[in-house]
Amino acid sequence: MTSNAHLLAIDSISKAFGGVQAIDTVSFALSPESITGLIGPNGAGKTTLFNLVTGIFPPDSGDIRFRGESISGKAVHELVGMGLGRTFQNVELFSSMSVLENVLVGLHTRTSCGIIGSVFRTPRLVKEERRARERALELLDFVGLADLAHQRSSDLPFGWQRLLELARALASKPDLLLLDEPAAGLNMGETDTLGELIESIRKHGITVLLVEHDMALTMKTCDRIVVLDRGKKIAEGPPRTIQSDEAVMAAYLGKPK
Amino acid sequence: MIRTDKHLIACFVFAAAATATGLLVENAYYLQVMIFIGINTLLALSLNMLMGYAGQISLGHAAFYGIGAYTTAILSTTYNISPWLALPAAVFTAMAIAYFVGRPTLRLTGYYLAMGTLGFGIIVNIIFREWRSVTGGASGFVGIPPLEIGSFAFDTDRRYFFLVWGVVLFFFIICRRIIDSRVGRALRAIHDGEHAAAAVGVDTAKMKLKIFVLSAAMASLAGFLYAHQIFFISPGTFSFLASIRIVTMVVIGGMASIWGSLLGASLLTLLPEWLHAFADYEMMIYGLVLMLVMIFLPQGLTRGILDIYENSRKKNDK
Amino acid sequence: MQEFLQYFFSGLTNGAIYGIIALGFSMLYRSTDLINFSHGEFVMIGALSMVTLTMTLKIPVIWAFFIVVFGVGLLGMVFERLAIRTVKRPEPIVLIIITVGASIFLRGAGMLVWGKNAQSMPPFTPHPPLDIAGARLLVQSIWILVIAILIAACLHLFYRRTLTGKAMYACAINKQAAWLVGIPSKMMILLAFGLSTGMGAVAGAIIAPVTMPAYDMGAMLGLKGFCAAMLGGLGSLWGSLLGGFLLGVLEAMGVGFVSSGLKDATAFLLLLLVLYFRPQGIISAASVKRF
Ligand SMILES: Nc1ncnc2c1ncn2[C@@H]1O[C@H](COP(=O)(O)OP(=O)(O)O)[C@@H](O)[C@H]1O
Ligand SMILES: [Mg+2]
Repeated sequence: MTSNAHLLAIDSISKAFGGVQAIDTVSFALSPESITGLIGPNGAGKTTLFNLVTGIFPPDSGDIRFRGESISGKAVHELVGMGLGRTFQNVELFSSMSVLENVLVGLHTRTSCGIIGSVFRTPRLVKEERRARERALELLDFVGLADLAHQRSSDLPFGWQRLLELARALASKPDLLLLDEPAAGLNMGETDTLGELIESIRKHGITVLLVEHDMALTMKTCDRIVVLDRGKKIAEGPPRTIQSDEAVMAAYLGKPK
Repeated sequence: MIRTDKHLIACFVFAAAATATGLLVENAYYLQVMIFIGINTLLALSLNMLMGYAGQISLGHAAFYGIGAYTTAILSTTYNISPWLALPAAVFTAMAIAYFVGRPTLRLTGYYLAMGTLGFGIIVNIIFREWRSVTGGASGFVGIPPLEIGSFAFDTDRRYFFLVWGVVLFFFIICRRIIDSRVGRALRAIHDGEHAAAAVGVDTAKMKLKIFVLSAAMASLAGFLYAHQIFFISPGTFSFLASIRIVTMVVIGGMASIWGSLLGASLLTLLPEWLHAFADYEMMIYGLVLMLVMIFLPQGLTRGILDIYENSRKKNDK
Repeated sequence: MQEFLQYFFSGLTNGAIYGIIALGFSMLYRSTDLINFSHGEFVMIGALSMVTLTMTLKIPVIWAFFIVVFGVGLLGMVFERLAIRTVKRPEPIVLIIITVGASIFLRGAGMLVWGKNAQSMPPFTPHPPLDIAGARLLVQSIWILVIAILIAACLHLFYRRTLTGKAMYACAINKQAAWLVGIPSKMMILLAFGLSTGMGAVAGAIIAPVTMPAYDMGAMLGLKGFCAAMLGGLGSLWGSLLGGFLLGVLEAMGVGFVSSGLKDATAFLLLLLVLYFRPQGIISAASVKRF
């Protein structure tokens, strides 16, 4: 279960907020280059799990290992440097900055220019900046926003903001990408594009953990699915078995009395 | 980078204008006023880097202004050290204090950060006032020497004008370069969303500390220039109200706007000079302006006026 | 011992004042999640208008007191209506600058109305000071202590017993939810401003006889009140009052036994220490949220 073959190993973690047990002894693991779906009703603890994995707050108990190394005590930005990328359920772009600049901030961990460097602009740093811009444009092209590079990010329609956030997360060159309801608010065409994007992200060797309410998308793209309900893991397996799992049905449809 | 080039052109135009002003203006009073505009611009710019770009409010920025002024005053007057050696000492002192104060303070956000910086500013001011044997206490510190290089002294207003505006121009360029770099983007990202910035890999604590230290360095440099211009300093110049004045400059000119700092500093330096009856109303006007700008033009005058202009053009086009 | 007691009394008196000011901060924070940087200025206006009403207009103290508290509370509501509710993006940085602006504005206005000189008025009741173990205790100090505790008790009852008090608390926890269950949150914020600034006026009115109030007294008092609130845990009522006493006594001992130059620095050093190490306050740990 926790062997090093797994990119991410979550080992019986728990987290409570006041009286609410948001995550209750949950364990699962992700093997490299897989797409895993994390589903469950609202309030099941999916976002909380993301926050735990990305180091925003520590679990009350249990351990999370990324590439075999415990993440406890590591700051959020350090984990990004190690290869953990994420998007947010409520899109959190840098609203005063342009589309391109948002992706450039995503490249922060892959570039090195400091205050002194920015003032003196050595040839190396000028080159770094040029490369970064090229890379950012490539990523925008990948999600289909290259034409809008110089728009203010807050002026984009909502669906495109999600795509921009995806490009920004990809910029840090993650090995593991956590997507929190990326299709929420997208229309059907956009959702299909997103599905294709996720597939091709995996082809680039990136492991994906996907929280999503759109069942069609989840069932189609995911290799495995983990189901949470009220903080507990109630099922795990390939999409087909999950679809017919009774506990899952009960969790979604309300338990028959 | 394109923006930086445009900015460079603007800087050249600005430098030419400043040079012409410096050469043509004969009136000593005008020169002096413009020297103070320069010093205030540097101050406003220093706070704008912190507050406008990185979104970290400081209600105690005058402390660093004062630390620059007092350090050079004490070293160059009491200890007879050359001001040119006192300068790095002053800037370094301010940076060191900013580093040690910034580490715990910048962990705070919102109201707590405002209160923390305010408390820091007041403590520093109390030290200026109470440490009489060193600072001269409330009555101030007299006899600060003028700046000179060899036999060339910056003892006329014209010479000092060029010194101050040379420094301002230099920092216009530096700040623009920082803003347009990876560091500047990280700062603005922190402004827009600290959690999101961390989540894409920005070490927010370190970034904030860096910009705080830089900002303190610039403010202390302004203090240095101030001290060697008027040869006399007292705690009142670096009080809470002075901190608020700097905030007002930034807010009026426009947060996150380099040229806005120039506008804000100019307005706040000129207003008291223009309105003679101003003194009694000074506080009320600052207060009112702060409130009105924040309510109606939260982007500051520069941006606000541009917006109004653009809107009216759009209307005319229709 | 006598000396100690003397400092202790003066510390208690100041502490009660800081405590009332801290209560103003805390109750506004509880109800609106907002910190009013101009709170001290309302204290100043309270003190100076108390002097004007009793000395110039010769209104009896008890009437003057209620007029002042009511009037300043109204002023606070006007301030909320004009400068807080109108804000389009109510982010902390915007609200901080607006309330700081208000504080400078009110201070300037105070200077125009009352001039730069300190004013004075006699104590509420003309008893000679009491002698307790050789230390003098002003009768006004007793007034101050009694009123401070009364105010805290009233607030306590207000939050615990009245519907409005409970509603106000509900608004602070979740505006939208409060709105959904029919609590008019705009009304509540307005009321919270009125109460909080009115409380500031109480502090101003009762110290007018012992401090020689002047237009620039507000900043220091406001900051110290905030410091007291932070000591006790911002948002906690009894904590704020206790924080006030703690700050007052520490400050008085600092002045008495160390140096008078330290007086104002004490509060700010404490403030920084609390902000850095225990932002939840040193007195109440758990009671911040409840009460
Ligand atoms: N920062 C927080 N503070 C307090 N409670 C929280 C916090 N984050 C989440 N919760 C609570 O934890 C539970 C799980 O929330 P969340 O992880 O957002 O669910 P999901 O993303 O599955 O919809 C909810 O009851 C929520 O109210
Ligand atoms: Mg969620």
